[in-house]
Amino acid sequence: MKEDILEILEKNSRLNTGDIAIMLNSSKEKIEKEIEEMEKKQIICGYNTLINWDKTNKDLVTALIEVKVTPQRGEGFDKIAERIYRFNEVKAVYLMSGGFDLTVIIEGRTMKEVALFVAQKLAPLESVLSTGTHFVLKKYKEHGIPFEGPRKDERMVVSP
Amino acid sequence: MKKEMIATKVRELPPSGIRKFFDVANEMKDVISLGVGEPDFDTPWHIREEGIYSLEKGKTIYTSNSGLMELRCEISTYLSRRFNITYNPNTQILVTVGASEAIDLALRALLNPGDEVLIPEPSYVSYKPCAIMAGGNPVVITTKAENEFRLTPEQLEEHITDKTKVLILPYPNNPTGGIMEKSDLEKIAEVLRKRDILVISDEIYAELTYDKEHVSIAMLPGMYENTLVINGFSKAYAMTGWRMGYAAGPKDLIAEMTKIHQYAIMCAPTISQYAGIEALKNGDNDVAQMKASFNRRRKIMVNGFRNMGMDCFEPLGAFYVFPSIQKTGLTAEEFCTKLLYEQKVAVVPGTAFGESGEGFIRCSYAYSIENIKEALKRIELFMQQYQ
Repeated sequence: MKEDILEILEKNSRLNTGDIAIMLNSSKEKIEKEIEEMEKKQIICGYNTLINWDKTNKDLVTALIEVKVTPQRGEGFDKIAERIYRFNEVKAVYLMSGGFDLTVIIEGRTMKEVALFVAQKLAPLESVLSTGTHFVLKKYKEHGIPFEGPRKDERMVVSP
Repeated sequence: MKKEMIATKVRELPPSGIRKFFDVANEMKDVISLGVGEPDFDTPWHIREEGIYSLEKGKTIYTSNSGLMELRCEISTYLSRRFNITYNPNTQILVTVGASEAIDLALRALLNPGDEVLIPEPSYVSYKPCAIMAGGNPVVITTKAENEFRLTPEQLEEHITDKTKVLILPYPNNPTGGIMEKSDLEKIAEVLRKRDILVISDEIYAELTYDKEHVSIAMLPGMYENTLVINGFSKAYAMTGWRMGYAAGPKDLIAEMTKIHQYAIMCAPTISQYAGIEALKNGDNDVAQMKASFNRRRKIMVNGFRNMGMDCFEPLGAFYVFPSIQKTGLTAEEFCTKLLYEQKVAVVPGTAFGESGEGFIRCSYAYSIENIKEALKRIELFMQQYQ
């Protein structure tokens, strides 16, 4: 049941609980209780809106930073990851396998702002050995949704 | 050219009821539709990719008449894995241009003038005209809402004569969404076993049944020899435009059907056949996801109609809901025309699927939830004048 709810919400978090209840042969109250429970347990961590900022007037650049760090005794990578993700500019942090340790996704208003953040905040951190900054030029798809805009329903109005 | 030059048989063939309605609906602007008979998904990308790849490799030539051997092997594996029926890919499977071609071929291969074809209705629009074109006499069996539009053994028995040669078994059913469960099929099989009647089992919606698994009549004892299974890729894999279907059955029948297919069509489109191989090999997950999505929308729609007080049995197959509009006092066609003009919602009159569809409308839930809810809202407004 929980997983069914999550699957539905992941695709469209604006569906009302009444509709979800119908879809899952349940009651509105039960669904609401389940959702509340999952919110408390932090299974549901928030409800974001997927925005294509390129279509607005707002300036926004995204960068992906490859970070190499020295893991700390007893803390592994967690402590340094936390020191990084606490910055507001940081949108996501992942621990990676392979050539570097952390992927840090940063958003800023201009390339300069992002570059300065890396130079002044990220790189000087004691455990950070090196950083490599890659700017995102265009977003094609995010969270499973292509950014090309809604497709028109080209099916005939009526067909057998 | 004089109109009289057209063959009488063709001239007398009524145009598809749905077509008349389509012409009206299509002219109007801002129509919100529940009228289509195809999925709202794109064909899964890995399947399209395989079609593209086949083009890149230059697979732009004919295949054998029966279809690519690899595809027929995959079809054979699929039918045995999903429905527990075994067919020899060499002699018992024919790849066709959509399931519709398979229906046409089967009837042409089987019917002599005067042979009777039993057709449960409401059902898909092409059985009757194909039977007529093949020189047979269609005999309609009217299925009933109170039986959830299933075919009953009593009804079947009543309509069998010395001339009966074929029974068309259109389940899961378009337009009603009705299905036949194993127990229902067993009763039908019992009537048929005593007789030489061939069953054309149109199972194009077999992957789309909800809460109950689809059962093919071909897997019941004694039925395999007298059943032709028709299936395809359109509904299960959202591949309507690829025109890919197939027939599987007794080898003598498949051989004769292949003869007609060979003269009329040559072979199904080659690109589509390569895409079909990929669909059968790696498409199970897509089918499961699309089915889950249809099921959710099905519940929203059934619930919506019931909440506005319309009689609506629970359809367990395909992607249609078939509510009754009898209490409005309107005919199905009047209802649909008025609904279209007053609320700009396009649904299909039940009568497009046979006279027995009178008093019902077909509503497809192969649309987004938002679309479905908006349409339901408008239908509810429309229904208020009949409270």
